[in-house]
Amino acid sequence: MTKQDTRPRPKAGPAEPDRPQRRKAAAAYPYAFYLPAGIVYVVIFLIPTVMAFYFSLTRWTLFDSTFVGLENFADFFAEQNLSIGFRNTLVYAVLTSGLKVVLGMLLGVLLTSRLRLRGFLRSVVFFPVLVSTVAVGITFSVLLKPDTGLVDRALALVGVSGHDWLGDATTALLSVALVDVWKGVGLATVIYIAGILSIPPDYYQAVEVDGGTAWHRFRHVTLPLSRPATYSVIILSFIGGLRSFDLIWTMTRGGPGFTSDVIASIIYKQYQAGFYGLSTAGNVMLFLVVSAIVIPLSWFLGRREIA
Amino acid sequence: MKTFHGRLGAALAALALATTAACGGDPAPAAGEPVTLTFLVDNSETTLATAKAVVDAFQPANPDIKIEIETRPQGTEGDNVVKTRLSTGDMTDMFWYNSGSLLQALNPAQSMADLTGDPALANVQDSYLSVVTQGGKAYGVPISTAGGGGILYNRKVYADLGLQPPKTWAEFTANNEKVKAAGLTPVISTFKDTWTSQLFVLGDFYNVHTALPNFAADYTANKAKYAATPAAMTGFQRLADVHQKGFLNKGFGSATLDEGLRMLVEGKGAHYPMLSFLLPPLLKDYPQVATDIGFFGIPGDDPARNGATIWEPAAVYVARSTEHLAAVKKFLAFVASPAGTDAQTKAVAPAGPYRVKGSKLPEDAIQVAKDLQAYIDRDATAPALEFLSPVKGPALEQITVAVGSGLTPAAEGAAQYDQDVAKQAKQLGLAGW
Repeated sequence: MTKQDTRPRPKAGPAEPDRPQRRKAAAAYPYAFYLPAGIVYVVIFLIPTVMAFYFSLTRWTLFDSTFVGLENFADFFAEQNLSIGFRNTLVYAVLTSGLKVVLGMLLGVLLTSRLRLRGFLRSVVFFPVLVSTVAVGITFSVLLKPDTGLVDRALALVGVSGHDWLGDATTALLSVALVDVWKGVGLATVIYIAGILSIPPDYYQAVEVDGGTAWHRFRHVTLPLSRPATYSVIILSFIGGLRSFDLIWTMTRGGPGFTSDVIASIIYKQYQAGFYGLSTAGNVMLFLVVSAIVIPLSWFLGRREIA
Repeated sequence: MKTFHGRLGAALAALALATTAACGGDPAPAAGEPVTLTFLVDNSETTLATAKAVVDAFQPANPDIKIEIETRPQGTEGDNVVKTRLSTGDMTDMFWYNSGSLLQALNPAQSMADLTGDPALANVQDSYLSVVTQGGKAYGVPISTAGGGGILYNRKVYADLGLQPPKTWAEFTANNEKVKAAGLTPVISTFKDTWTSQLFVLGDFYNVHTALPNFAADYTANKAKYAATPAAMTGFQRLADVHQKGFLNKGFGSATLDEGLRMLVEGKGAHYPMLSFLLPPLLKDYPQVATDIGFFGIPGDDPARNGATIWEPAAVYVARSTEHLAAVKKFLAFVASPAGTDAQTKAVAPAGPYRVKGSKLPEDAIQVAKDLQAYIDRDATAPALEFLSPVKGPALEQITVAVGSGLTPAAEGAAQYDQDVAKQAKQLGLAGW
């Protein structure tokens, strides 16, 4: 619970510039008007967060809890598969956000060019974003089955067949990451389309006057001027990758064995096993790690954007 | 140091105790005063059918007790529902839950009504009581049947290939070679449903138990380890063996339980290491399950000491927060009576024997139940380790997938499991860890 609620906070940034105005507005209304939102925030975010910090220091069975100091954290770090989990989480986040940037930009360029059926293709690309992640996971588990799955049948036409994509340790995480990209690239594309459309046409005309080719237009105008879009895509998909769980859980459950475990699935398994204190300690760790990565990243990218 | 939760729990328990005491002190509610009981069961088809059958059979003789069945998810998600409801005092009057190690995690002394010596337990077989007992107090009555955990095999395939159920691992391997030569899958594995990968380890416990009768006790006391006990490590070794010899089905890594059962019933595979409980629900679509599928225990090395590992039936427990203890006990007594088990048999074909005195398997019982009964009659069974010890690591299923897929060597898997177990024992706060 803690991990989800932290993320929107860095994005409060854009509202900062009109702070003077806001202060005036605050004075115009009685503070009591803040109360409903304040109560909701305190009850469902602040109190659980503080309690989570406490319970991470206890052995907690739901029936009672015993204070054990930092023992849970020691146990959490002693978890045999934690290093696999950390590595997989990073690989997954980097791979998915990298592919979303590249593919999103290419699709964005394609879908802003003069094209028949452009509107239709835009919806096609965006469609997977609308489908529930769990449904996507279940569907692709079936599609990726060896011999009977559609993907395997299609690959059989080019001579690759019978590979157990999700059941094989070497391809499981990769397969899930590719499905994640399929599902998420639509959002990246939309962001790029908006970014590319906001580039003033004067620049393209200038390239044309200088006799530049399509490549020059892309390399020297589109690419540098869609940088803000790139930052948004990186931040969004990197955070999404770090806390990725639903797709991995529905497709492989961290398996085979532990080979596609990520931090979130390790924590979830501890919770399932009834180790509430231990899994809370894991969540506190995830909270700190994600904050430590995302706050500087968003500060850095935000600064570049203004400059 | 206890938190306010502890105190809250104690307060709730005290309150519940006060109410139960008040109820117990009263004479039985005046006749004709209707009582409605709630009964929480998991949402699997078999469980629900069994629960409904018992309730329906109970109702005619007890018109003033009405029982409403509630359902919960299966598996660990369901475990958490049960724990949460018990700890908040929001549990149904009675509930269906596993016996053995999972019961220990529910803190029965605090959350459940003590049934020790109660007439409701009169018909329960004495040897069953230990799996619903904690700290010398019994908390439940058995519902449904015991089952076998070992190898389910297709008898038609065996007849076609002229094979005999193996008594040793060597014979089992020889059978597998013949099945493989015939172009069928020798050992079905379904690692997408990870829990199904554990049977070679858990089902081998009869062999561990005959070799080392004290293993369960030593293991609970942190004196015996899987990795350091060759007899116990054999289970991991078996799992590695069948993979290494190429006995598994293609795509075992992403196959599911349903697919595995279908392969077995349709004769595409000869053996499936599995629990016999899984078969009765298949009868509707595949009536041949009743005769075609047989059961044998996971073979050890000594043909003279061949036997099988048994999974005890789940139990019905009483929440301490119930206000209708007398009525609940009446229902429990019915569940654990020959009339109660007869009602269950009518709804769901038994996958093994009942643990109720005077209950017998019907003549037309399915083959696996008969095979299991034969082991019991020979006194060649042991309960699975999880019924003898509260210690069971939660990551076993992932470890067995890794060992069974050839990702982790057997010895390393056993050592990983020992670490996993230590973590669980610490979290349970067991003595000696």
